[in-house]
Amino acid sequence: MQPIVATNDFVIKFANVNGSGSASANTLFGKSIIRMGVPTAPRNIFPSNIQGLPTWYEIRVSEAGYLGARAGVDFMVAMNPQTWDKDVASILPGGYLFYDSSKPMPKSKFRDDITVIGMPLTHIVNAEYTDSRQRQLFKNIIYVGALSALLDIEAEVVEQLIAEQFRGKDKLIPPNIHAFHMGRDYALKNFQCPLGVRIKRANAVGDRIMLEGNAAAGLGAVYGGATVCAWYPITPSTSLAEGFTKYCNKFRIDPETGENKFAIIQAEDELASIGMVIGAAWNGARAFTTTSGPGISLMQEFLGLAYFAEVPAVIFDVQRTGPSTGMPTRSQQCDLMACAYASHGDTKHVLLFPEDPHECFTMGALAFDLADRLQTPIFVLLDLDIGMNERLCAPLQWDDSRQYDRGKIMTYEMLEAGKDFGRYLDIDGDGIPYRTLPGTHPKRGSFFTRGSSKDRYAKYTEEAAAYKDNMDRLLKKFETAKDWVPQPIEHKAKVATKVGVLYYGSTSPAMAEAAEILAADGMPMDLMRVRGFPFCQEVVDFIDAHDTVFIVEQNRDAQLRTLVINECEINPAKLIPVLHYDGTPVTAAFISEGIAVHLQPVQQRLKEAV
Amino acid sequence: MSYLTKPKIHHPSLQPNQLGYTRREYEGAISTLCAGCGHDSISAALIQACYQLDLPPHRIAKLSGIGCSSKTPTYFLGASHGFNSVHGRMPSVLTGANAANRDLIYLGVSGDGDSASIGFGQFAHLMRRGVNMTYIVENNGVYGLTKGQFSATSDRGSKSKKGIANQDEAIDMVAMALQLGATFVARSFSGDKTQLVPLLEAALSHQGTAFIDCISPCVAFNNHAGSTKSFDYVREHNEAVNFLDVIPQREEITTEYAEGTIQEVEQHDGSILRLRKLAGDYDVNDRVAAQRFLAEHHAQGEIVTGLIYVDPEPEDMHAHIKTVKTPLKELGETALCPGSAALDKLNASLR
Repeated sequence: MQPIVATNDFVIKFANVNGSGSASANTLFGKSIIRMGVPTAPRNIFPSNIQGLPTWYEIRVSEAGYLGARAGVDFMVAMNPQTWDKDVASILPGGYLFYDSSKPMPKSKFRDDITVIGMPLTHIVNAEYTDSRQRQLFKNIIYVGALSALLDIEAEVVEQLIAEQFRGKDKLIPPNIHAFHMGRDYALKNFQCPLGVRIKRANAVGDRIMLEGNAAAGLGAVYGGATVCAWYPITPSTSLAEGFTKYCNKFRIDPETGENKFAIIQAEDELASIGMVIGAAWNGARAFTTTSGPGISLMQEFLGLAYFAEVPAVIFDVQRTGPSTGMPTRSQQCDLMACAYASHGDTKHVLLFPEDPHECFTMGALAFDLADRLQTPIFVLLDLDIGMNERLCAPLQWDDSRQYDRGKIMTYEMLEAGKDFGRYLDIDGDGIPYRTLPGTHPKRGSFFTRGSSKDRYAKYTEEAAAYKDNMDRLLKKFETAKDWVPQPIEHKAKVATKVGVLYYGSTSPAMAEAAEILAADGMPMDLMRVRGFPFCQEVVDFIDAHDTVFIVEQNRDAQLRTLVINECEINPAKLIPVLHYDGTPVTAAFISEGIAVHLQPVQQRLKEAV
Repeated sequence: MSYLTKPKIHHPSLQPNQLGYTRREYEGAISTLCAGCGHDSISAALIQACYQLDLPPHRIAKLSGIGCSSKTPTYFLGASHGFNSVHGRMPSVLTGANAANRDLIYLGVSGDGDSASIGFGQFAHLMRRGVNMTYIVENNGVYGLTKGQFSATSDRGSKSKKGIANQDEAIDMVAMALQLGATFVARSFSGDKTQLVPLLEAALSHQGTAFIDCISPCVAFNNHAGSTKSFDYVREHNEAVNFLDVIPQREEITTEYAEGTIQEVEQHDGSILRLRKLAGDYDVNDRVAAQRFLAEHHAQGEIVTGLIYVDPEPEDMHAHIKTVKTPLKELGETALCPGSAALDKLNASLR
């Protein structure tokens, strides 16, 4: 078996033990490749556990810029005896295995078709350090040093990163650099460096940045003017609230008084968190909550109230694998239906689908404008894959001339001038009424917000005609929302084709790669990335313009497809689902194979007909 | 049923308060509750208290959950914004509203089903957070709108209209509020307006979480012999610890009181709570003693009413989370958005 030879195009995976301090060393390693100008896509694969269980960190290195997950491991750093057998088995033929050889292992534990690199890491750290925590942490840095030699990563790049990482704690820099060189020198002396898989300096990263979608969304909420965040801890959304907190502490503390221009409330449960959001937004603040599927289930009653009483609210749902507790640390796009039609009775909600941290930021900020404009809950549907992993993306931008769109709020002056105020009165024909904020005017504009039926002037009524009038106006408002949600983005094939693909969210990078594979195999197709719900006309036009439309999503029940069929009245036979739902992020190979399986018989028949 | 707006006729004898408002301007729509409902007396007491305190109605936000009690905010303070939210969830909605605008006066109206059963958790956590508000539980021990089921404040052994005795232990909301950290805790009775109005005034001027458990008999389903929440039963077992006068600013005591029978509490807003002691040497500033007193009298089958505990220097949620003095809802782009320069710097740190 020939060892794999690949420059700037391979998958390296670290098998570690949760809580061993490996994460920062692995991040350091991944970042060094980016600094070499080569794009990478790192992914944490971790169990629902704090300490002791296996965790993996997988980095896809791709100068071509493929940031989707890829199956198979070219280089395995096996640091966890618990998962050894599975880890070794996952290495592609011709791949590489790096391990701690301090303890002898029987030959049966290895494979003949891979290159094995054993380094006595434990012996090295035990000889160098006496403190057990130091031994653990420096072991990680030592293997980063060895890998830098094996993969031809420039030492200066790693040294620079170590200096940046410990800025402010400067006395930690020399010992870390020392450990790094210990590992690097050992490898240079004892192994043939570099290997067939290696990094070569390139210029493929550009001005892109690397951050997690949850942090980006939290930052988006800061930029979007959110002042009230009410939340309940739940994986994988917790780091979004933490991101908001971090950036508020950085940007929103009054330098003179030390007081906060924000209120972050950790609620007692998700019912309370959405209740607080609704109360705050009713009272004129921009407010949001952050949760995952189980939280959405708990919020159902309140979401119906917000829809029916027309209170703005922003909900970030970082989706994880359901139903029930499911796999809390695995990714899925499985809450579309639960969010789109959340609550009892007839309801429809606005959804946004960010593809990466860049869009988590822009849509995170936009959601607050939409909530105020449309006076209704806005769901931003992230997932664990983009939420909790760092992802290379376009730098964040903000237009300083941008004003917050607070929507239709009737002011003191308008009330004083005698403008007719009906809380549920559609003056402009777009289904969106005016609202007043509590405390505005001593005599005019007060009204009662309620979840029960009311007339156009917010007076309680059980009159059939008034109820229906209100429900029909809400539908009209939902039509209006089509003009406000982010428009879909179309990528046309290089040649004309009658095959189209709809996809959304974190599927993006795998989809782009799959389209290249399919085009190379003679199956060109037009792509449309849906970015919001309700679907605008472009989505319907795209489907009409193609004979077959694949809908690629990461759930079992084809939830976006269901929404398309239901809302756009499309013949289901035309919409072919390609569904990935095992909790791992979707790969280009999965998509291209799923599509090809459907198309090839057709191509076969066409050929036979000729 | 649609609700009726009261005709706006002003009787010339109506006296305006310091804001120039008459009592009528604190009223709401005509009540749709049963004739004689205790809740209507509480609404009337609230109107009286707000009028006497010269509160601008539009600066009060009234929020409620679901149930008979939660319907009442429609029947008072017509010029205030109201929010009839979700069953048992008034506390969270009010907490959010308060976070958004610390300058309004918050009134939360709830019932025993709303706060002791479905909303027990939210009630508890609001108390813990110290949200600046007045929280009234209109407590009748029964589910009215669904026609007479026991609620969680119904005493063990109390009989339903059909003669069935309640088997479950009752939750004492006052004891809970004390334990959970409310900084103003009182109990009253809808049938005793002279006690209730000053308690409401004191609660509304308290700058922390003020909780009032107001026993309010249900004339339709819980006012019969054998019920421990009937008008007759409550009158017979009412053990008032004090009688309260709320005095806007300190003024001289003109009435003669026997030594040791008066306790004065100066609230943060400068108002004075002057308490005529009715139960020995009851100290209204001692939380632990209040809990013991309550437990002892409960064991004797007495219903302790009056101002049970007050912290004259309460801290509220905004103090806990250090929010700016300006209401958050007033902050605009300049205060909230860090702008493009900060973003460029951040981008640079993420490469």
